[in-house]
Amino acid sequence: MSVRRIMGTETEFGISVPGQPGANPMLTSSQVVNGYAQTQPLARKTRWDFDEEHPLRDARGFDLSREVADSSQLTDEETGLANVILTNGARLYVDHAHPEYSAPETTNPRDAVVWDKAGELVIMEGARQARLIPGAPQLNLYKNNTDNKGASYGSHENYLMRRSTPFASIVRHLTPFFVSRQVVTGAGRVGIGQDGAAHGFQVSQRADYFEVEVGLETTLKRPIINTRDEPHANPDRYRRLHVIIGDANLSEISTYLKVGTASLVLAMIEDGWLTDDLSVDRPVTALHEVSHDPSCTHLITLKDGRKITAVQLQTEYLEQARKYVEDKYGDDADRQTKDVLHRWEQILDQLAIDPMKLSDQLDWVAKYKLLQQYRDRDGLEWDDPKLHLIDLQYADLRPDKGLYYRLVKSGRMQRVVSDEEIRMAVSHPPVDTRAYFRGRCMQQYAPQVAAASWDSVIFDLPGKESLQRIPTLDPLRGTKAHVGALLDQCDTASDLVRTITGGAAG
Amino acid sequence: MAKDGGQQHKQPKRSSTEEEVEQVEASEDVQERKERLDEDVDSILDEIDEVLEENAEEFVRGFVQKGGE
Repeated sequence: MSVRRIMGTETEFGISVPGQPGANPMLTSSQVVNGYAQTQPLARKTRWDFDEEHPLRDARGFDLSREVADSSQLTDEETGLANVILTNGARLYVDHAHPEYSAPETTNPRDAVVWDKAGELVIMEGARQARLIPGAPQLNLYKNNTDNKGASYGSHENYLMRRSTPFASIVRHLTPFFVSRQVVTGAGRVGIGQDGAAHGFQVSQRADYFEVEVGLETTLKRPIINTRDEPHANPDRYRRLHVIIGDANLSEISTYLKVGTASLVLAMIEDGWLTDDLSVDRPVTALHEVSHDPSCTHLITLKDGRKITAVQLQTEYLEQARKYVEDKYGDDADRQTKDVLHRWEQILDQLAIDPMKLSDQLDWVAKYKLLQQYRDRDGLEWDDPKLHLIDLQYADLRPDKGLYYRLVKSGRMQRVVSDEEIRMAVSHPPVDTRAYFRGRCMQQYAPQVAAASWDSVIFDLPGKESLQRIPTLDPLRGTKAHVGALLDQCDTASDLVRTITGGAAG
Repeated sequence: MAKDGGQQHKQPKRSSTEEEVEQVEASEDVQERKERLDEDVDSILDEIDEVLEENAEEFVRGFVQKGGE
């Protein structure tokens, strides 16, 4: 394996109404999702199919009983809140108190970036539509992870893995990687501690909200390694690693390296390549300490007694990945794998010399540099509201107000994908996963799609009493190569279902 | 904005050795780059000043979220 595997991101967006901190976030989130749904009138009735959702299934091999679960963990019960399945294969819905965009399944880091960025445009459009409603409040959306008052909301990554890989070796090798990767993938934050009560800048939005090493929860006692085991694929062959420890990135390079390096590390774990034990002593504390040190010089203590920086710890993984790719593919490694390795190395080298030089590549450095420039010019302390505002407004999704977008517009951020690709991805699915089938069904047959999910599309066909469920359990089937011509030929959903089921559907 | 006032650009003298000329030119480059960077900082901060929400304290205080995930 390489950087390529089935992967996808999920983002919960911050939402606020200026001047009305008490605005009901479930209502405002619904307005954004329904606002976007208005642009897809045919898809409005399609429900989410919860048949294959198992939020309480634990990768360690047991189910949490529903009675002891927190109500926020029962994500498979229909809430009646807004939900749209998009023609790009994504799911847009209200999760608790935030609008959430779950990107379609992709096969490589670059595509993961394209469909992740498309989510920003989807949310922007939903907010724009919501603001058009007469009397509607001004809604602002943010791609960040905390209100700096104690609340955090997630941006998750999903990676399909081999079921045969022991979960213990995932925990062992992934924990040090997650403790240290924030120096590359952090989004930067003004404020220390969950409620931001202590003053200062830290590398990660999320680090302070993680309290345990391994666990099933995502909303309380957040674990570095999340054990939710909902593969959305053949459970005998696959697990879906649900990663909850990551910042919502605006920088394309941050997202690209976040998913690219994680995918490489997972490949090494699956192949049993990693043998060195890099286990970190007290990893939760180390996670916080690394985040609180933007100079990137904090020494992490490993269980074997070594003391190394987060950059050095990442470099250990990089060097292993280089050897692994060389051993597996030699010069035949695919371009993205080579590119991820190359960029990862360059960034780690620069982080060791002068992190500030990466202000045109990494979110946390771009934000930190801007804040330092304001501090220098205006003599501001870290508790100054203006610095908190800059932190918040960096993630503002309004193109004219969002500071990240301003940096891009003035050529101050490097990119890895194009605006054109992102615009296309708003309405078109990736061609090389089952998201293609789902997205094309929503494009062509939405009024007949009663429900859909990651692993099914369910049709309500004229003249049929029962719903017709087309399972899509294999993420690599339902691609353009597989069903493109079929979908081109079938004018109606009935034609499609008849062709797929060989005319046997009753 | 404040700049180092004392560093006038030196014109290389005809009698200078090539090495000296190169050094002076190099220092001019550094100086020019620093000015460009200073101007760059000014322009980005000016640009951001224009789009920052007006009442920072109230705006930040009003950004209240519920936990998610």
